Amino acid sequence: MITHAAWHAATVSTVAAETRNARRITLDIADWPGNAAGQHVDVRLTAEDGYQASRSYSLASAGPSTSVELAVDKVASGEVSPFLVDELQVGDQLEVHGPLGGWFVWRPGDPSGRPVQLIAGGSGVVPMAAMVRAHRDAADPTPFRLLYAVRSPDDVFFVAELARETSDDEADAVRVDFVYSRKAPAGDDRPPGRLTMERLAELVFPESQHPRIFVCGATPFVEQVLTWLKELGHDVDDVRAERFGGA
Amino acid sequence: MAVITRGFGAHRAARNDRLPPGQTQVEDWPVLSAGATPDVDPAAWEFVVVPESGDPVRWNWDSFRALGLEDFTVDIHCVTHWSRLGTQWRGVPLDRVFEHVDTSYDYVMAHSYGGYTTNVPLNELLDGQAWIAFEADGAPLEAEHGGPARLVVPHLYFWKSAKWVRGLRMMPQDEPGFWEERGYNLHGDPWTEERYS
Repeated sequence: MITHAAWHAATVSTVAAETRNARRITLDIADWPGNAAGQHVDVRLTAEDGYQASRSYSLASAGPSTSVELAVDKVASGEVSPFLVDELQVGDQLEVHGPLGGWFVWRPGDPSGRPVQLIAGGSGVVPMAAMVRAHRDAADPTPFRLLYAVRSPDDVFFVAELARETSDDEADAVRVDFVYSRKAPAGDDRPPGRLTMERLAELVFPESQHPRIFVCGATPFVEQVLTWLKELGHDVDDVRAERFGGA
Repeated sequence: MAVITRGFGAHRAARNDRLPPGQTQVEDWPVLSAGATPDVDPAAWEFVVVPESGDPVRWNWDSFRALGLEDFTVDIHCVTHWSRLGTQWRGVPLDRVFEHVDTSYDYVMAHSYGGYTTNVPLNELLDGQAWIAFEADGAPLEAEHGGPARLVVPHLYFWKSAKWVRGLRMMPQDEPGFWEERGYNLHGDPWTEERYS
Protein backbone atom coordinates (compact mmCIF):
# COMPACT_ATOMS: atom_id res chain seq x y z
CA MET A 1 0.00 0.00 0.00
CA ILE A 2 1.34 3.40 -0.93
CA THR A 3 0.14 6.37 1.04
CA HIS A 4 -0.72 9.12 -1.39
CA ALA A 5 2.04 11.71 -1.21
CA ALA A 6 1.27 15.41 -0.98
CA TRP A 7 2.89 18.75 -0.15
CA HIS A 8 2.75 19.65 3.52
CA ALA A 9 3.70 22.80 5.41
CA ALA A 10 6.18 21.91 8.14
CA THR A 11 7.45 23.83 11.17
CA VAL A 12 10.85 23.17 12.69
CA SER A 13 10.33 22.02 16.28
CA THR A 14 13.87 21.04 17.30
CA VAL A 15 17.37 21.18 15.86
CA ALA A 16 20.34 19.40 17.42
CA ALA A 17 23.89 18.61 16.38
CA GLU A 18 24.08 15.01 15.23
CA THR A 19 27.82 14.97 14.43
CA ARG A 20 30.28 17.78 13.79
CA ASN A 21 29.02 17.83 10.21
CA ALA A 22 25.40 16.83 10.53
CA ARG A 23 22.26 17.94 12.26
CA ARG A 24 19.06 16.31 13.40
CA ILE A 25 15.93 18.28 12.53
CA THR A 26 12.45 17.53 13.83
CA LEU A 27 9.50 18.87 11.87
CA ASP A 28 5.91 19.20 12.99
CA ILE A 29 3.56 18.48 10.09
CA ALA A 30 -0.07 18.79 11.15
CA ASP A 31 -1.50 16.82 8.23
CA TRP A 32 1.27 14.20 7.95
CA PRO A 33 -0.29 10.78 7.18
CA GLY A 34 2.52 8.81 8.84
CA ASN A 35 5.22 6.89 7.00
CA ALA A 36 6.92 3.52 6.75
CA ALA A 37 10.53 2.97 7.78
CA GLY A 38 12.86 3.70 4.87
CA GLN A 39 10.66 6.22 3.05
CA HIS A 40 11.92 9.66 2.08
CA VAL A 41 10.65 13.17 1.49
CA ASP A 42 11.42 16.06 -0.80
CA VAL A 43 12.20 19.19 1.20
CA ARG A 44 11.44 22.48 -0.58
CA LEU A 45 12.79 25.84 0.49
CA THR A 46 11.35 29.06 -0.94
CA ALA A 47 13.15 32.39 -0.72
CA GLU A 48 11.29 35.66 -0.27
CA ASP A 49 11.66 36.44 -3.99
CA GLY A 50 10.06 33.11 -4.95
CA TYR A 51 13.28 31.24 -5.74
CA GLN A 52 12.99 27.58 -4.76
CA ALA A 53 15.31 24.65 -4.17
CA SER A 54 14.36 21.06 -3.38
CA ARG A 55 16.29 18.02 -2.18
CA SER A 56 15.41 14.48 -1.19
CA TYR A 57 16.13 13.26 2.35
CA SER A 58 15.49 9.92 3.99
CA LEU A 59 13.29 10.00 7.07
CA ALA A 60 14.89 8.83 10.31
CA SER A 61 11.46 8.32 11.86
CA ALA A 62 8.59 5.97 11.07
CA GLY A 63 5.06 5.40 12.26
CA PRO A 64 1.89 7.48 12.61
CA SER A 65 3.40 10.50 14.42
CA THR A 66 2.99 13.96 12.88
CA SER A 67 6.45 14.81 14.19
CA VAL A 68 9.04 13.57 11.69
CA GLU A 69 12.81 13.53 11.91
CA LEU A 70 15.58 14.16 9.38
CA ALA A 71 19.32 13.80 9.87
CA VAL A 72 21.10 15.97 7.33
CA ASP A 73 24.78 15.64 6.48
CA LYS A 74 26.32 18.88 5.22
CA VAL A 75 27.61 18.74 1.64
CA ALA A 76 30.20 21.52 1.64
CA SER A 77 29.53 22.66 -1.93
CA GLY A 78 25.79 22.30 -1.56
CA GLU A 79 23.07 24.91 -1.47
CA VAL A 80 20.41 23.30 0.68
CA SER A 81 22.24 21.12 3.21
CA PRO A 82 24.51 23.94 4.56
CA PHE A 83 21.38 26.03 5.10
CA LEU A 84 19.59 23.19 6.88
CA VAL A 85 22.63 22.35 9.04
CA ASP A 86 23.91 25.85 9.84
CA GLU A 87 21.04 28.33 9.52
CA LEU A 88 17.64 26.73 10.00
CA GLN A 89 16.10 27.58 13.40
CA VAL A 90 13.27 26.35 15.56
CA GLY A 91 10.02 27.94 14.37
CA ASP A 92 11.12 28.24 10.74
CA GLN A 93 8.80 26.91 8.07
CA LEU A 94 9.45 24.87 4.97
CA GLU A 95 7.58 22.44 2.75
CA VAL A 96 7.78 18.67 2.66
CA HIS A 97 6.49 16.38 -0.09
CA GLY A 98 5.83 12.84 0.89
CA PRO A 99 5.98 10.25 2.18
CA LEU A 100 7.78 8.97 -0.91
CA GLY A 101 9.09 5.58 -1.98
CA GLY A 102 7.59 2.14 -1.53
CA TRP A 103 10.67 0.10 -2.37
CA PHE A 104 13.41 0.76 0.17
CA VAL A 105 11.00 0.06 2.98
CA TRP A 106 10.75 -2.32 5.93
CA ARG A 107 7.46 -3.03 7.66
CA PRO A 108 7.02 -5.10 10.83
CA GLY A 109 5.25 -8.42 10.62
CA ASP A 110 6.95 -9.92 7.56
CA PRO A 111 5.53 -13.48 7.48
CA SER A 112 8.53 -14.80 5.50
CA GLY A 113 10.58 -14.92 8.70
CA ARG A 114 13.72 -13.98 6.75
CA PRO A 115 16.29 -12.14 8.85
CA VAL A 116 17.07 -8.55 7.83
CA GLN A 117 20.59 -7.33 7.17
CA LEU A 118 21.13 -3.57 6.98
CA ILE A 119 24.41 -2.30 5.49
CA ALA A 120 25.04 1.44 5.77
CA GLY A 121 27.89 3.68 4.65
CA GLY A 122 28.13 7.07 6.38
CA SER A 123 24.90 9.07 6.30
CA GLY A 124 23.32 6.11 4.47
CA VAL A 125 22.41 4.96 7.96
CA VAL A 126 19.44 7.37 8.16
CA PRO A 127 16.75 5.13 6.60
CA MET A 128 18.24 2.20 8.54
CA ALA A 129 17.74 4.10 11.79
CA ALA A 130 14.06 4.35 10.94
CA MET A 131 13.97 0.58 10.38
CA VAL A 132 15.78 -0.15 13.65
CA ARG A 133 13.35 2.08 15.54
CA ALA A 134 10.30 0.55 13.82
CA HIS A 135 11.61 -2.90 14.70
CA ARG A 136 11.91 -1.92 18.37
CA ASP A 137 8.60 -0.05 18.54
CA ALA A 138 6.76 -3.07 17.13
CA ALA A 139 8.74 -5.54 19.29
CA ASP A 140 9.11 -7.39 16.00
CA PRO A 141 10.87 -10.75 16.35
CA THR A 142 12.62 -10.59 12.95
CA PRO A 143 16.38 -11.01 13.51
CA PHE A 144 18.05 -7.73 12.53
CA ARG A 145 21.69 -6.85 12.02
CA LEU A 146 23.17 -3.51 11.06
CA LEU A 147 26.64 -3.21 9.59
CA TYR A 148 27.60 0.47 9.76
CA ALA A 149 30.72 1.59 7.91
CA VAL A 150 31.74 5.02 9.15
CA ARG A 151 34.86 7.17 9.21
CA SER A 152 35.33 7.56 12.97
CA PRO A 153 33.36 7.37 16.23
CA ASP A 154 32.73 11.13 15.90
CA ASP A 155 30.87 10.55 12.64
CA VAL A 156 28.36 8.03 13.98
CA PHE A 157 24.72 9.07 13.61
CA PHE A 158 22.09 7.94 16.15
CA VAL A 159 24.66 7.11 18.82
CA ALA A 160 22.13 6.81 21.64
CA GLU A 161 19.64 4.71 19.69
CA LEU A 162 22.32 2.31 18.45
CA ALA A 163 23.92 2.06 21.90
CA ARG A 164 20.53 1.10 23.28
CA GLU A 165 20.30 -1.77 20.80
CA THR A 166 23.81 -3.02 21.50
CA SER A 167 23.38 -2.85 25.28
CA ASP A 168 20.07 -4.70 25.17
CA ASP A 169 20.39 -8.45 25.52
CA GLU A 170 16.80 -9.20 24.59
CA ALA A 171 16.59 -11.60 21.67
CA ASP A 172 14.84 -9.01 19.51
CA ALA A 173 17.52 -6.34 19.89
CA VAL A 174 19.36 -5.36 16.74
CA ARG A 175 22.97 -6.44 16.51
CA VAL A 176 25.06 -3.45 15.44
CA ASP A 177 28.59 -3.80 14.03
CA PHE A 178 30.78 -0.84 13.22
CA VAL A 179 33.61 -0.77 10.70
CA TYR A 180 35.70 2.38 11.18
CA SER A 181 37.68 3.45 8.12
CA ARG A 182 39.90 6.21 9.59
CA LYS A 183 39.81 6.13 13.36
CA ALA A 184 38.61 3.41 15.72
CA PRO A 185 37.45 4.06 19.29
CA ALA A 186 40.03 3.69 22.07
CA GLY A 187 40.30 0.06 23.08
CA ASP A 188 38.78 -1.25 19.85
CA ASP A 189 40.32 -4.60 19.02
CA ARG A 190 40.69 -3.82 15.33
CA PRO A 191 42.75 -1.13 13.64
CA PRO A 192 40.75 1.26 11.45
CA GLY A 193 40.45 0.32 7.81
CA ARG A 194 38.02 0.14 4.98
CA LEU A 195 35.44 -2.58 4.79
CA THR A 196 36.73 -5.73 3.10
CA MET A 197 34.92 -8.75 1.71
CA GLU A 198 36.25 -10.83 4.60
CA ARG A 199 34.83 -8.40 7.19
CA LEU A 200 31.56 -8.24 5.31
CA ALA A 201 31.34 -12.05 5.33
CA GLU A 202 31.94 -12.07 9.10
CA LEU A 203 29.40 -9.38 9.88
CA VAL A 204 26.36 -10.17 7.72
CA PHE A 205 23.84 -12.99 7.94
CA PRO A 206 25.16 -15.81 5.74
CA GLU A 207 23.54 -16.66 2.45
CA SER A 208 22.29 -19.91 4.04
CA GLN A 209 19.91 -17.84 6.19
CA HIS A 210 18.55 -16.11 3.06
CA PRO A 211 18.48 -12.61 4.60
CA ARG A 212 16.62 -9.67 3.17
CA ILE A 213 19.35 -7.06 2.59
CA PHE A 214 19.14 -3.27 2.43
CA VAL A 215 22.24 -1.28 1.39
CA CYS A 216 22.49 2.52 1.51
CA GLY A 217 25.48 4.79 1.04
CA ALA A 218 27.60 6.58 -1.52
CA THR A 219 27.61 4.99 -4.97
CA PRO A 220 31.12 3.41 -4.85
CA PHE A 221 30.35 1.91 -1.43
CA VAL A 222 27.05 0.42 -2.58
CA GLU A 223 28.53 -0.96 -5.80
CA GLN A 224 31.42 -2.55 -3.90
CA VAL A 225 29.13 -4.10 -1.28
CA LEU A 226 26.81 -5.50 -3.96
CA THR A 227 29.76 -7.07 -5.77
CA TRP A 228 30.96 -8.73 -2.57
CA LEU A 229 27.48 -9.93 -1.60
CA LYS A 230 27.21 -11.57 -5.00
CA GLU A 231 30.61 -13.25 -4.55
CA LEU A 232 29.45 -14.47 -1.14
CA GLY A 233 26.51 -16.20 -2.80
CA HIS A 234 23.69 -13.81 -1.96
CA ASP A 235 20.95 -13.29 -4.53
CA VAL A 236 21.72 -9.66 -5.33
CA ASP A 237 18.59 -9.31 -7.48
CA ASP A 238 16.76 -9.44 -4.16
CA VAL A 239 18.87 -6.73 -2.47
CA ARG A 240 17.38 -3.26 -2.09
CA ALA A 241 19.90 -0.49 -2.58
CA GLU A 242 19.95 3.29 -2.31
CA ARG A 243 22.89 5.21 -3.69
CA PHE A 244 23.88 8.84 -3.37
CA GLY A 245 26.56 10.99 -4.95
CA GLY A 246 28.38 10.71 -8.25
CA ALA A 247 29.91 7.63 -9.80
CA MET B 1 0.87 29.77 -1.90
CA ALA B 2 4.39 28.68 -1.17
CA VAL B 3 5.72 28.71 2.36
CA ILE B 4 8.64 31.15 2.67
CA THR B 5 11.63 29.81 4.55
CA ARG B 6 13.21 32.59 6.59
CA GLY B 7 16.73 33.46 5.46
CA PHE B 8 16.91 31.05 2.56
CA GLY B 9 18.32 32.09 -0.81
CA ALA B 10 20.89 34.67 0.24
CA HIS B 11 23.89 32.90 -1.27
CA ARG B 12 22.52 31.31 -4.38
CA ALA B 13 24.11 31.31 -7.80
CA ALA B 14 22.46 32.48 -11.02
CA ARG B 15 20.01 29.96 -12.36
CA ASN B 16 20.40 28.41 -15.80
CA ASP B 17 17.15 28.69 -17.77
CA ARG B 18 17.69 25.19 -19.16
CA LEU B 19 16.95 23.88 -15.66
CA PRO B 20 13.33 22.80 -15.09
CA PRO B 21 11.71 23.92 -11.83
CA GLY B 22 13.04 22.23 -8.71
CA GLN B 23 16.24 21.04 -10.43
CA THR B 24 19.87 21.74 -9.51
CA GLN B 25 22.69 21.51 -12.03
CA VAL B 26 25.40 18.93 -11.29
CA GLU B 27 28.74 18.38 -12.98
CA ASP B 28 29.22 14.79 -11.84
CA TRP B 29 26.79 12.05 -12.69
CA PRO B 30 24.84 10.61 -9.75
CA VAL B 31 23.80 6.97 -9.89
CA LEU B 32 20.32 5.87 -8.84
CA SER B 33 18.96 2.37 -9.21
CA ALA B 34 16.68 0.19 -7.16
CA GLY B 35 18.89 -2.85 -6.79
CA ALA B 36 22.05 -4.50 -8.00
CA THR B 37 23.89 -3.49 -11.17
CA PRO B 38 23.42 -6.29 -13.75
CA ASP B 39 26.50 -7.55 -15.55
CA VAL B 40 25.43 -7.77 -19.19
CA ASP B 41 27.88 -9.10 -21.76
CA PRO B 42 27.51 -7.28 -25.11
CA ALA B 43 28.10 -10.63 -26.87
CA ALA B 44 24.97 -11.97 -25.19
CA TRP B 45 22.94 -8.74 -25.35
CA GLU B 46 19.88 -8.73 -27.49
CA PHE B 47 17.11 -6.26 -28.10
CA VAL B 48 13.58 -7.55 -28.64
CA VAL B 49 10.44 -5.64 -29.57
CA VAL B 50 7.16 -7.51 -28.99
CA PRO B 51 4.22 -6.04 -30.95
CA GLU B 52 0.59 -7.12 -30.69
CA SER B 53 1.08 -9.98 -33.16
CA GLY B 54 3.24 -11.64 -30.51
CA ASP B 55 5.99 -12.18 -33.10
CA PRO B 56 9.10 -10.64 -31.55
CA VAL B 57 11.47 -8.58 -33.67
CA ARG B 58 15.03 -9.35 -32.53
CA TRP B 59 18.47 -7.85 -32.94
CA ASN B 60 21.87 -8.78 -31.53
CA TRP B 61 24.65 -6.35 -30.61
CA ASP B 62 25.96 -5.94 -34.15
CA SER B 63 22.67 -5.99 -36.05
CA PHE B 64 21.11 -3.46 -33.69
CA ARG B 65 23.99 -1.01 -33.92
CA ALA B 66 23.89 -1.45 -37.72
CA LEU B 67 20.44 0.20 -37.66
CA GLY B 68 22.37 3.45 -37.51
CA LEU B 69 24.31 5.06 -34.68
CA GLU B 70 24.14 8.81 -34.22
CA ASP B 71 25.65 11.29 -31.78
CA PHE B 72 23.34 13.49 -29.75
CA THR B 73 23.78 16.03 -26.96
CA VAL B 74 20.94 16.51 -24.50
CA ASP B 75 20.10 17.73 -20.99
CA ILE B 76 18.97 15.04 -18.54
CA HIS B 77 16.79 15.59 -15.49
CA CYS B 78 16.48 13.20 -12.54
CA VAL B 79 13.36 13.21 -10.35
CA THR B 80 15.70 13.50 -7.33
CA HIS B 81 16.35 17.12 -8.40
CA TRP B 82 19.66 16.95 -10.26
CA SER B 83 20.09 17.86 -13.91
CA ARG B 84 23.12 17.27 -16.08
CA LEU B 85 23.29 19.66 -19.02
CA GLY B 86 24.87 18.98 -22.40
CA THR B 87 25.46 15.26 -21.91
CA GLN B 88 27.00 13.67 -25.03
CA TRP B 89 25.73 10.30 -26.19
CA ARG B 90 25.96 7.84 -29.07
CA GLY B 91 23.10 5.52 -29.86
CA VAL B 92 20.41 4.31 -32.24
CA PRO B 93 17.30 6.48 -32.52
CA LEU B 94 14.03 4.64 -31.82
CA ASP B 95 12.84 5.88 -35.23
CA ARG B 96 15.24 3.35 -36.83
CA VAL B 97 13.90 0.56 -34.59
CA PHE B 98 10.25 1.21 -35.38
CA GLU B 99 10.89 1.11 -39.14
CA HIS B 100 10.99 -2.67 -38.53
CA VAL B 101 8.01 -3.02 -36.16
CA ASP B 102 4.40 -3.33 -37.28
CA THR B 103 2.16 -2.00 -34.51
CA SER B 104 -0.95 0.07 -34.01
CA TYR B 105 -0.57 0.17 -30.22
CA ASP B 106 0.17 3.57 -28.67
CA TYR B 107 2.07 2.60 -25.52
CA VAL B 108 5.40 0.95 -24.78
CA MET B 109 6.77 -0.85 -21.74
CA ALA B 110 10.56 -0.86 -21.68
CA HIS B 111 12.08 -3.96 -20.07
CA SER B 112 15.58 -4.23 -18.60
CA TYR B 113 18.03 -6.93 -17.60
CA GLY B 114 17.49 -7.17 -13.85
CA GLY B 115 13.72 -6.84 -14.19
CA TYR B 116 13.19 -3.06 -14.23
CA THR B 117 10.31 -1.73 -16.32
CA THR B 118 9.06 1.74 -17.28
CA ASN B 119 6.20 2.89 -19.51
CA VAL B 120 6.34 5.56 -22.23
CA PRO B 121 3.83 6.60 -24.92
CA LEU B 122 5.11 5.58 -28.37
CA ASN B 123 4.70 9.07 -29.80
CA GLU B 124 7.22 10.31 -27.22
CA LEU B 125 9.85 7.84 -28.43
CA LEU B 126 9.69 8.78 -32.12
CA ASP B 127 10.65 11.86 -34.20
CA GLY B 128 14.14 12.10 -32.76
CA GLN B 129 13.03 12.16 -29.13
CA ALA B 130 14.58 8.90 -27.86
CA TRP B 131 17.51 6.57 -28.38
CA ILE B 132 19.05 3.30 -27.29
CA ALA B 133 22.46 4.60 -26.19
CA PHE B 134 25.75 2.69 -26.04
CA GLU B 135 28.19 5.49 -25.23
CA ALA B 136 28.23 8.57 -23.02
CA ASP B 137 30.89 11.28 -22.83
CA GLY B 138 32.86 9.53 -25.57
CA ALA B 139 33.24 6.15 -23.85
CA PRO B 140 31.23 2.93 -23.64
CA LEU B 141 28.44 3.32 -21.14
CA GLU B 142 29.57 2.14 -17.71
CA ALA B 143 27.50 -0.59 -16.07
CA GLU B 144 26.32 1.66 -13.23
CA HIS B 145 24.97 4.11 -15.80
CA GLY B 146 23.11 1.34 -17.63
CA GLY B 147 25.80 -0.15 -19.89
CA PRO B 148 26.07 -1.80 -22.26
CA ALA B 149 22.82 -0.20 -23.50
CA ARG B 150 20.14 2.06 -22.03
CA LEU B 151 17.08 3.89 -23.21
CA VAL B 152 17.47 7.69 -23.28
CA VAL B 153 14.31 9.82 -23.33
CA PRO B 154 15.73 13.18 -22.30
CA HIS B 155 12.48 15.17 -22.30
CA LEU B 156 11.09 13.01 -19.47
CA TYR B 157 12.47 12.43 -15.97
CA PHE B 158 15.40 10.08 -16.16
CA TRP B 159 13.74 7.10 -14.46
CA LYS B 160 12.03 6.67 -17.86
CA SER B 161 15.46 6.18 -19.47
CA ALA B 162 15.69 2.50 -18.51
CA LYS B 163 19.21 1.24 -17.82
CA TRP B 164 20.36 -2.20 -19.11
CA VAL B 165 17.49 -2.14 -21.58
CA ARG B 166 16.70 -5.41 -23.35
CA GLY B 167 13.50 -4.67 -25.20
CA LEU B 168 10.12 -3.04 -25.61
CA ARG B 169 6.65 -4.49 -25.31
CA MET B 170 3.78 -2.76 -27.13
CA MET B 171 0.62 -2.08 -25.12
CA PRO B 172 -2.89 -0.97 -26.21
CA GLN B 173 -3.18 1.33 -23.20
CA ASP B 174 -0.85 2.92 -20.68
CA GLU B 175 0.20 0.77 -17.72
CA PRO B 176 2.56 1.62 -14.87
CA GLY B 177 6.13 0.29 -14.77
CA PHE B 178 8.32 -0.33 -11.73
CA TRP B 179 8.52 3.17 -10.21
CA GLU B 180 5.15 4.22 -11.59
CA GLU B 181 3.54 1.40 -9.55
CA ARG B 182 5.37 2.80 -6.52
CA GLY B 183 3.99 6.30 -6.62
CA TYR B 184 5.85 7.98 -9.49
CA ASN B 185 3.91 9.85 -12.14
CA LEU B 186 2.72 7.82 -15.12
CA HIS B 187 4.17 10.40 -17.55
CA GLY B 188 7.05 12.33 -15.92
CA ASP B 189 7.47 15.74 -17.59
CA PRO B 190 10.24 17.66 -15.71
CA TRP B 191 8.98 21.07 -16.88
CA THR B 192 5.62 20.61 -15.16
CA GLU B 193 7.19 18.65 -12.27
CA GLU B 194 5.24 15.45 -12.91
CA ARG B 195 7.24 13.68 -10.20
CA TYR B 196 4.69 11.69 -8.27
CA SER B 197 1.18 10.36 -8.82
